[in-house]
Amino acid sequence: MPYIEVYEVSHAYDTPSGRVAGVVGVSFGIEPSEFLCLVGPSGCGKSTLLNIIAGFLSPTSGEVRIGGRVVTGQGLDRGVVFQDFAQLFPWRTALRNVAFGLEMKGVPKNEREEIAMEQLKLVKLEKFAHAYPHHLSGGMQQRVAIARALAYNPGVLLMDEPFAALDALTRDDMQRLLSDVWRKTHKTVVYVTHNVAEAVFLADRVLVMTPHPGRVKTEIAIRLPRPRDPLSIEFLDCQKELLRHLVEPTPIGKDAPRNGGIA
Amino acid sequence: MADAIGADAIGAAGPVAAPTPHRESGWRRVLRTLLPFIVVAGIWEAVSHSGLFHPRLFPTIEAVAAQFVRLTVSGVLPYHAAGTLTRLAAGFALAAAVGIAIGIVMGRWKLAEDTLLPPVSVAAPIPGIAYAPLFLLWFGPGNASTVLLVAFVSSFPVVFNTWTGVKSVREVWLRSAVAMGAGGWRLFLKVVLPGALPFILTGLRLGLAQAWRILVGVEMLAAVPWGLGWMIFGAREFLNTDVMLAGVAVIGAIGLALEKGVFERLERLTVVRWGMMT
Amino acid sequence: MSASETARSRYRSLVALAVMAGAYEGLARSGAFPSALLPTLPAVAEALLMGVADGTLLRHAASTLYRVLVGLGLAVLVGVPLGVLMGRLRAVESFVLPLASALMPIPSLAWVPVFILWFGLGNATAIGIVVYAALFPMLLNAWSGVRSVNPLWLRAGGSMGAGPADLFRKVIIPGSSPFIIAGLRQAFMRAWIAVVGAEMLAASDWGLGWVIFDAKEFLKADTMLASLAVIGLLGFAFERWVFGALERATVQRWGMVRAGKG
Repeated sequence: MPYIEVYEVSHAYDTPSGRVAGVVGVSFGIEPSEFLCLVGPSGCGKSTLLNIIAGFLSPTSGEVRIGGRVVTGQGLDRGVVFQDFAQLFPWRTALRNVAFGLEMKGVPKNEREEIAMEQLKLVKLEKFAHAYPHHLSGGMQQRVAIARALAYNPGVLLMDEPFAALDALTRDDMQRLLSDVWRKTHKTVVYVTHNVAEAVFLADRVLVMTPHPGRVKTEIAIRLPRPRDPLSIEFLDCQKELLRHLVEPTPIGKDAPRNGGIA
Repeated sequence: MADAIGADAIGAAGPVAAPTPHRESGWRRVLRTLLPFIVVAGIWEAVSHSGLFHPRLFPTIEAVAAQFVRLTVSGVLPYHAAGTLTRLAAGFALAAAVGIAIGIVMGRWKLAEDTLLPPVSVAAPIPGIAYAPLFLLWFGPGNASTVLLVAFVSSFPVVFNTWTGVKSVREVWLRSAVAMGAGGWRLFLKVVLPGALPFILTGLRLGLAQAWRILVGVEMLAAVPWGLGWMIFGAREFLNTDVMLAGVAVIGAIGLALEKGVFERLERLTVVRWGMMT
Repeated sequence: MSASETARSRYRSLVALAVMAGAYEGLARSGAFPSALLPTLPAVAEALLMGVADGTLLRHAASTLYRVLVGLGLAVLVGVPLGVLMGRLRAVESFVLPLASALMPIPSLAWVPVFILWFGLGNATAIGIVVYAALFPMLLNAWSGVRSVNPLWLRAGGSMGAGPADLFRKVIIPGSSPFIIAGLRQAFMRAWIAVVGAEMLAASDWGLGWVIFDAKEFLKADTMLASLAVIGLLGFAFERWVFGALERATVQRWGMVRAGKG
């Protein structure tokens, strides 16, 4: 039985020009310790879907279950990493940022700093434990954010384009690091991206989404052995197949804009 | 992230209530703005009618309003208000002229900057009202002291901002203007001054606010023959709280008009139109 | 600016100050004006030293500081929570904002006669005026501060299990601290003006404002100038050392505002 079940989830939001469907009738499951990528162009509802799983948004209809329990709000069973570097608390050092969740749980100071330090080691930032976020580079800040989301040991890690704002070289390093962290921690990961190569490099399975309204078009399992070589023929074939699904136009008529055009 | 809209659906820890203007009909908005005033007025009325305080000290709103009408019709209130506004205008005009001149000189010539900055920086942080007795001593009670003090106090922000503004005029503007044949006065009038204008306007706005904040107090100290400050301070002798509150209301209305009417309009016409400020 | 240029500016500044002091001294000694109105610099220095030596000036300063700090403290206690509530709850915002906008353009000194009638001469009136002067900068800055708190911080805090109380204490307050500290600065400046004015008008026996006004009656310009210097120094010291240190220890260290000059 899947660990996370997304069942017939729809979400609509209000705009000045009326109600607009963001996501329509999406269903899928995620196995424990699986790395799932949601890929699609902007406006396809992948971030909305992630926010619903995170509990920041409530679905207009349908439901999300994690470990059999229906999601009704935020919870310590999920860690979240956003795209924006500004997600760290600027008034706390890296260590104290990572320790925040444990502090909320009521873990004593010594213990939580010890755990936080281990998490920082996992992302290779133990030397910067006492630096404030504004002294860290973008890539380092995102690593702190990953450590912070893992520190209170949630079963699920939700990531919303966490590396999209990084330069290409840093992004490459970060993807390897995340891959390592995932193999060491066995978290269930839901990862939103619009970068096809990133999805092929990281994921066990990729869901391709299409916009207007957002729905899942197809899913592709990536069966390449790890660590993956982005220059191998197999990798490039996977990437090509994924791109083909993304670029291929949705048959018009079937998806005719019931909901009108959406900006 | 266009697909993350819908902030209204976020749970308990959702983002702060952004002041997005809701679409609501005009009269509802008016009512919503008036509601707090109606509530406060109601409380005031209840207290003043309760007899808890002496009616001379805590007059009813009717009494204040009646006093306001009486003073307005008899011409007393307009007369005092005109006195205050005249002093404000005279003092502020002096401050603007002298302050902008000094600021420009300081911004353009290093020698002037080095010479003038220390005394200006020493005198500026002292609250303006503290100079009042000194001015009264030097220039005698009355109009001269009041106008000069208002000018003195409100010139500081004008000087500082003009100086900063002139120094922040971009080098490329100067160079391109010179390349197009501008020089001397024309360079100054057509490039330096407009370039520094956002800062100068900010300085004038701050200067006017400071002038307004102390003028009423100075009028009380300087025993000027007419002026709103003197009117409300004099009313103390006869326990005329209603006169005071009517005066305070007029003072507030003038302050609001100065802020909204004068500067926002001036800014819209110039720097906002040029996209230098939003 | 190069080092030699900096040195030259500093040198010129010193020369300028010296020339101005000399000119003043010359004017004061010329006998063109009575010395009661234009005292020499040594006379002012003497008045200052005497006032410090016999403790009167210190006591005046202490009274003024007491009024400012109590008033400022009350303004913070009311202004910050109310401002935070305004930022978080629409109902509070739409109730308080119109009232604040209507009261703000009234200079605090305009309330002096009213407060004298209500509270009498002395501390209560002066403190009341200080509260009025300091409240609005506190309120409006706390309000803008809360609205400037990055929604991501709230989401991150919430997803790590922070409840409303923890969010308030550990996310919203530090997150809006740049604005709150700016508000504190502005509130102090307003309060400092208000207290001097209130002391002059609502005469009580102690206070720097009162001493200046009282000195006018006795044509003691030297005492006046000495008190003026103390007022300036205290204001400067607060601005530079108290608020400057607070800013350096918090929002500057956290990189939430850039270090200002000086």
